[in-house]
Amino acid sequence: MLQIVVCMKQVPDTTQVRIDPETNTLIREGVPSIINPFDVHAIEEAARIKERYGAEVTLLCQGPPTAVAELQKGLSFAADRAILLTDSAMRGSDTLATSYILSTAIKRIWAENGLDLVLCGKQTIDGDTAQVGPGIGTRLSLSQLTYVDKVVEIDAEKRRIQVRRRLEGATAIIDAPMPALLTILKEANTPRYASLPALIKSLRTQPAVWNAADLELDAEQMGLNGSPTSVRRIFAPPERTGGEIIPGGMEAPERAAAAVVEKILSSGAVE
Amino acid sequence: MEKFDVIVVGGGPAGLAVAYPLAKAGVKVAVIERGNFSGSKNVMGGVLYRQPTEEVFGEFWKEAPVERPVIEQNYWVLTKDAALKGGFRSQRFGIEPYNCFTVFRARFDKWMAEKTLQAGALIITETVVEDVLRKDGRICGVRTGRPEGDLACDVVVAADGVNSLLAKDAGLKPDWKANEAAVAVKEIISLPAEEIEKRFGLNPGEGATIELYGDATSCLMGTAFIYTNRDSLSVGVGAVCSDLLEANISPNDMLEHLKAHPAVAPLIAGGEVREYLAHLIPEGGFDKMPPLYTDGMVVVGDAAGMVNSLHREGSNLATTSGKCAAEAILRALEWKDFSAKSLARYEQLLRDSYVLRDMEKYRRAPRFFETHPELFTLYPEIGQYAGEVFLSVDGVSKKQKQWQIIRHVLGRRPIWKLASDAWAAWRGLY
Repeated sequence: MLQIVVCMKQVPDTTQVRIDPETNTLIREGVPSIINPFDVHAIEEAARIKERYGAEVTLLCQGPPTAVAELQKGLSFAADRAILLTDSAMRGSDTLATSYILSTAIKRIWAENGLDLVLCGKQTIDGDTAQVGPGIGTRLSLSQLTYVDKVVEIDAEKRRIQVRRRLEGATAIIDAPMPALLTILKEANTPRYASLPALIKSLRTQPAVWNAADLELDAEQMGLNGSPTSVRRIFAPPERTGGEIIPGGMEAPERAAAAVVEKILSSGAVE
Repeated sequence: MEKFDVIVVGGGPAGLAVAYPLAKAGVKVAVIERGNFSGSKNVMGGVLYRQPTEEVFGEFWKEAPVERPVIEQNYWVLTKDAALKGGFRSQRFGIEPYNCFTVFRARFDKWMAEKTLQAGALIITETVVEDVLRKDGRICGVRTGRPEGDLACDVVVAADGVNSLLAKDAGLKPDWKANEAAVAVKEIISLPAEEIEKRFGLNPGEGATIELYGDATSCLMGTAFIYTNRDSLSVGVGAVCSDLLEANISPNDMLEHLKAHPAVAPLIAGGEVREYLAHLIPEGGFDKMPPLYTDGMVVVGDAAGMVNSLHREGSNLATTSGKCAAEAILRALEWKDFSAKSLARYEQLLRDSYVLRDMEKYRRAPRFFETHPELFTLYPEIGQYAGEVFLSVDGVSKKQKQWQIIRHVLGRRPIWKLASDAWAAWRGLY
């Protein structure tokens, strides 16, 4: 049976996040959290692979203890088990440190159960970097398959996977050996509405909790210490003011056109 | 199909007040909530009274997210350019045991749901209950919108709010008419805490409320309110749907009209609107309440039309009705009898509480307000005239002023009309 690990993150529901105009920080108080929307597609893709080929799906989440709620929701998508990586020493980790923590956890799962696929969402909606997935792939020397919008075929015997990658202006069908890392696009699937028994079962499941000591993590490679990047400032982009509207285009197009030409000439944009 | 002892449909104040005591008593209970968390779909003006909630959840203010204890309550009747003001303030409302708090339902209900979960209930979110299941004519479970979505139970609690699908499915309640519900809208307007305290004359941490009538609702049958939160104001207005339709005014226009009033604008000046909410409020009163129980089901809170709008009370009645329902269900579980006859105990408990007594006291109020639109138009204007005449100094003697006012009043409303209004008010509200 295929062994799949899906990485997911708890993020604030950005449709409800505002930025404090004075301090330039996100106001997270009272904002509900959700599973990172891209990760939902990764979880759904894992569930579909499980239905096609048979697999054991492990959800992995690094985050605060409240992320249990998101892991339980993820479990209702036909996942088999969930692991929460939580430790105050992990707080403040950037993408480099996060990929270190996650890949260390995946290494342990690999050693215990084997590993065929690691699925991540394309990126998170709070950091938007799309670095953690490739970071894990690099650290574990997995085949690196980013921007996947379709899993074409998996050959468990030969341990090969064929996927379709959506690139700028092209699509590529890639055949690669497993274990592989896939980052999944929203276009890959439509997430399911879990059945009621599956949802109830997941609500009764407590995820396993691993802390830094359990994974024998190096304190210098995680948290603020292990994060060479830091956010200096967050700010809302200035609101775009609309362009100037020159009226009269319907009634007197010649005059309106002349006014436009006049504007262009006086701006010095053309000689 | 899994079976529970009790399934509560709706994770608001009524539903959680049923589920929490039941879960604590070891009953196998599930709460099914359509939003992605309890409170996400819930809206109220923002005043939560301490006593009914304490009866169910204990000394909640020590840990739950409350905004400010209310020490001052004001009542303003507005005309276009005047305000008749009355109010009451007591510092005793600002210390334990407190009278009421301003809260945000979205945060407070989430807290109640967390307590209910810890007590052992299963809280199922993002799931809509579409119908009740029946066996031999008795309700024996619910059908949700999820695949394989049926669940069995001994008692269904319909706590699904003003537009209760369940009460309709169970044949207890017809669709509501436009004069039986109000639509209310509100904005959360950010202001620094010190600024709120300065504008409302409060000491740090204290809260105040203003209920507004007359021009505040564009002279429609309804009320408006301004409540102080920690670092924001809740400013809202509601009116009966049929009135809005007839006057062809949108709730949003009504809110903008209120915010622009010269007595209101300075209170909210410079604030940033950070949320906009809207909800329906049942206004049919006692006479439009559905039967409160049937074989295998009880109806609580807004689903049962339990709102005393004159006293801006809805959540209180919801919470107390939930508590009474839990008590009746516990006994039904003990006796293993879930018939209407057994669940009738719920209504008996409600009759013994303030809930049905208050609802019954004001049973004629909806009709009274509906037939006396002058309360929202003529009387505020008369009040303004009287205030302006009596309080201006212009060489006219006070005695003359009194007569001038009386003549004005009688000129606008004949004496027999005044008497009949007073009699109707007495009958309608006493």
